[in-house]
Amino acid sequence: MDVTLNVRRFDPESESPESRFQEYNLEVEDYFTVLDALIKVREEVDGSLALRCSCRASICGSCSMRVNGHAKLVCKTKVRDVANAQNQVTVEPMGNLPVVKDLVSDMKPFWDRVRAVKPYLQPEGEEPEAEYLAPNETMLHLAGVMSCIMCGACVSDCTAIEVDQRFLGPAALAKAYRFVGDPRDDADRSRLQMYSQPGGIWDCTRCMECVQVCPKGVAPMDRIMGLRDMAIEAGFSNNNGARHTEAFTDSIKHSGRLDELKLPLRTFGVFNVQAMMGLSLVGLRAFLRGKTPPIIHKAIPGKDKVRRLFDKVEGKR
Amino acid sequence: MPFAVEEEIIRHDAVVLGGGLAGMRAALEAARCGADVAVVSKVYPTRSHSVAAQGGINAALGEDDSWESHAFDTVKGSDYLADQDAASILCREAPGDILELEHMGVIFNRREDGRLAQRPFGGAGFPRTCFVADITGHVILHVIWEQSIRDSVATYDEWFAVSLIVEDGRCRGLVAMDMRTGRLHTFEAKAVILATGGLGRVYEPSTNGLICTGDGMALAYRAGAALMDMEFTQFHPTTLFPSGVLITEGARGEGGHLLNALGERFMSDYAPERLELASRDVVSRAEQVEIDSGRDVNGCVMLDLRHLGRDLIMTKLNQIHELAMDLAGVDLVTETVPIRPGMHYQMGGVKTDVDGRSTLPGLYAAGECACVSVHGANRLGGNSLLETVVFGRRAGRTAAQEAAEEHFVNLTPAIAREQAERIDALLSRSDRGIRTAALRRELGAAMQEHAGIFRDAAGLGAGVDALHDLKNRFEAVSIQDHGSVFNTDLVSALELDNMLDLAEVMVTSSLERRESRGAHARRDYPERDDDGWLKHTIALHTPDGPRLEFGPVTITEWQPQVRSY
Ligand SMILES: Cc1cc2nc3c(=O)[nH]c(=O)nc-3n(C[C@H](O)[C@H](O)[C@H](O)COP(=O)(O)OP(=O)(O)OC[C@H]3O[C@@H](n4cnc5c(N)ncnc54)[C@H](O)[C@@H]3O)c2cc1C
Ligand code: SF4
Ligand code: SF4
Repeated sequence: MDVTLNVRRFDPESESPESRFQEYNLEVEDYFTVLDALIKVREEVDGSLALRCSCRASICGSCSMRVNGHAKLVCKTKVRDVANAQNQVTVEPMGNLPVVKDLVSDMKPFWDRVRAVKPYLQPEGEEPEAEYLAPNETMLHLAGVMSCIMCGACVSDCTAIEVDQRFLGPAALAKAYRFVGDPRDDADRSRLQMYSQPGGIWDCTRCMECVQVCPKGVAPMDRIMGLRDMAIEAGFSNNNGARHTEAFTDSIKHSGRLDELKLPLRTFGVFNVQAMMGLSLVGLRAFLRGKTPPIIHKAIPGKDKVRRLFDKVEGKR
Repeated sequence: MPFAVEEEIIRHDAVVLGGGLAGMRAALEAARCGADVAVVSKVYPTRSHSVAAQGGINAALGEDDSWESHAFDTVKGSDYLADQDAASILCREAPGDILELEHMGVIFNRREDGRLAQRPFGGAGFPRTCFVADITGHVILHVIWEQSIRDSVATYDEWFAVSLIVEDGRCRGLVAMDMRTGRLHTFEAKAVILATGGLGRVYEPSTNGLICTGDGMALAYRAGAALMDMEFTQFHPTTLFPSGVLITEGARGEGGHLLNALGERFMSDYAPERLELASRDVVSRAEQVEIDSGRDVNGCVMLDLRHLGRDLIMTKLNQIHELAMDLAGVDLVTETVPIRPGMHYQMGGVKTDVDGRSTLPGLYAAGECACVSVHGANRLGGNSLLETVVFGRRAGRTAAQEAAEEHFVNLTPAIAREQAERIDALLSRSDRGIRTAALRRELGAAMQEHAGIFRDAAGLGAGVDALHDLKNRFEAVSIQDHGSVFNTDLVSALELDNMLDLAEVMVTSSLERRESRGAHARRDYPERDDDGWLKHTIALHTPDGPRLEFGPVTITEWQPQVRSY
């Protein structure tokens, strides 16, 4: 099949280092991945195209890029699955990371985030003489999280990092979860406290992007939610995110619906003047557009059922 | 514009070249012995090819297993070419290293009682392969990397080494290019540890990543260190068509069958007892015979896992289920998948003693780039990851201790300047020369044809000629990228240069060894010949190609016997 690869190129050494698109027309086999196609370009058409790749088997994590606007591991992406009706495919470097050259992103901000979560086991006390005993299910569950290949796809498309580079982001927090979830690690409390700081688990907007783009099924957002649960359970609830979650749950539990007026008060605290000022502007805009929540908060008719659901779930825990 | 040379010298007590398992383990040990150590790697450490190891890592942990039994299997698997003192160290120290990995955080699969689970592997008399689902190498490398963060080991990521520096008969450092800037830097070190991994890309197809180009072996060879047993190349029985990507031995370990075009489990004709779990050389040859006899499916045989059931496949073989789906469009739960033997592992490498010392003072080696030799003529699955941690640790320790006795000699960037000239010469050729990739594909095809699973004098002779021709034509290779920043065009040309030197050593050694042993199967000399050839082949660099010598095999306990499975 004939395809057109539309590749965003960037040469930092050129006289006017600005990115531009370059079109490559080539013939590909039916089984070709986007990586196969890019390698063909590099080897047969244009040797100056820069990209990273090695294993061709979605395990080394080198080849994340944006394909048609979304982060993908290109060795795992078939050309025929992403080509549009005109047989075109657009390839760009990852988002949220600076570009070194062409499709090569600067991964430093990615690694810095991972390093920031203290990504190593912190056991306490005497090491056992043999192995630590551990349930196989726990190890299998952790293997699911550890199958993260550090490809950066999730960070590329994370909507929270896009607005705030200080956010630790999905990959680093999934890594963090792996330690909190590890029965051999004894630093749970200090970890959860650290991850609850600004830039940590409460900064995720739950947009699901990371779950969707992750090529290894790590589901970083779910790990972040797991960390939130554990953080609240460990008593680290004195922060906006945790208060927001608690207020949210309480409201649903008591009335079966969200009390949108009370929620911010409990999240930020009534005496947080700055946040309240900001919120009253939001409130004003909402009012002007006829989107104000009801001032008098009413319970829904089936609120007892909701209550029973809560009891059931909480009883289980 | 000439390639830039950095005047300032970077100094560390020990420099480890390679961020895979062997390199990271060596660096960790050197750091723990108090050395100031740095890792130089052409890819970020977690991208090293160790991550691709799926199946597992061996250690005699079971109550009724013993390290002696593991060592015997290793020696038998090696077709008696392994040095038995080295194999004994490997197997005796294995349990300690596995437990250490577990304590560092590796999430090995468990048994019901919470202790480490072990699976059967080819050529082993006992299920002694520890594993993390089918991502064993990945998890071990990530955990050792985690430890290196804890211990603040310095790493130079995406720095490509182009030469070692030898002064007064001692290796004193190396020259590496920072790929971000293209500048050449001089590293001065009291000890240099090579851990650059395999050379799989010399063949096409290969299970190895595109970065496995044998650079360290070539650098050491040119610097005067001896290479050993380079004729022994392992072909893995189960690689996917057409990419050559690996299906782990764990697939057969868990009970997978091999079928020919007639649907027969043909292994019963070749290894009636161990069947699919005979050692790799035996299974690969059996497949090749089936394929050559016309009982093939488009040049392949079929791997059948269907009877294992969805649950087992999805929990223990999940990664290969995904690979077969992505790369071959096959669902292993309901379908068989075409596979063929493909280049997988290089048994030979930089000759070292059991503490990692090469024949060049100041230069140490560990992992796939080294030849201790524990694998002899054929490596057992699960022994290579083990080798990287056991001998990586030992090399790191020895290098740190011996570095403490040495002094810096205040190197100058002279060698870096020489290398800059070599690169300038490459870059200044016309744009219209031969493309690196075209030549590399020719190399792969020539090696596959002349030095493949079955070999003979005529083919290998033609292989030597083909290599001379390729080396001549390398002089006309041109590079289209003239920039300094992340010039992968340049890097692949330098890698090809390395591979050509190594391939020449491989075919020359193969032609010389006139017997069949382990993975080296000569059609014209089908028998093993202990009287003539129970010896190591040693290759030394000369301007006119390799000079071969031979060295004795250390035999301690296990006298050579007939090898059958
Ligand atoms: C697909 C596959 C599956 C495998 N499965 C198993 C298994 O289940 N069990 C088992 O025991 N073995 C297995 N093996 C073999 C085993 O994985 C390897 O032999 C082993 O991991 C090699 O480790 P290493 O540290 O020596 O090299 P690598 O992990 O390959 O690391 C080499 C390092 O050297 C660096 N490097 C190379 N050249 C340069 C240069 N010029 N400049 C700077 N840096 C450089 C690279 O960046 C890299 O960091 C498998 C191999 C493959 C290919
Ligand atoms: S769900 Fe959270 S972590 Fe994931 S991409 Fe969205 S904001 Fe980022
Ligand atoms: S979580 Fe998934 S997308 Fe993110 S780095 Fe890991 S493997 Fe890549």
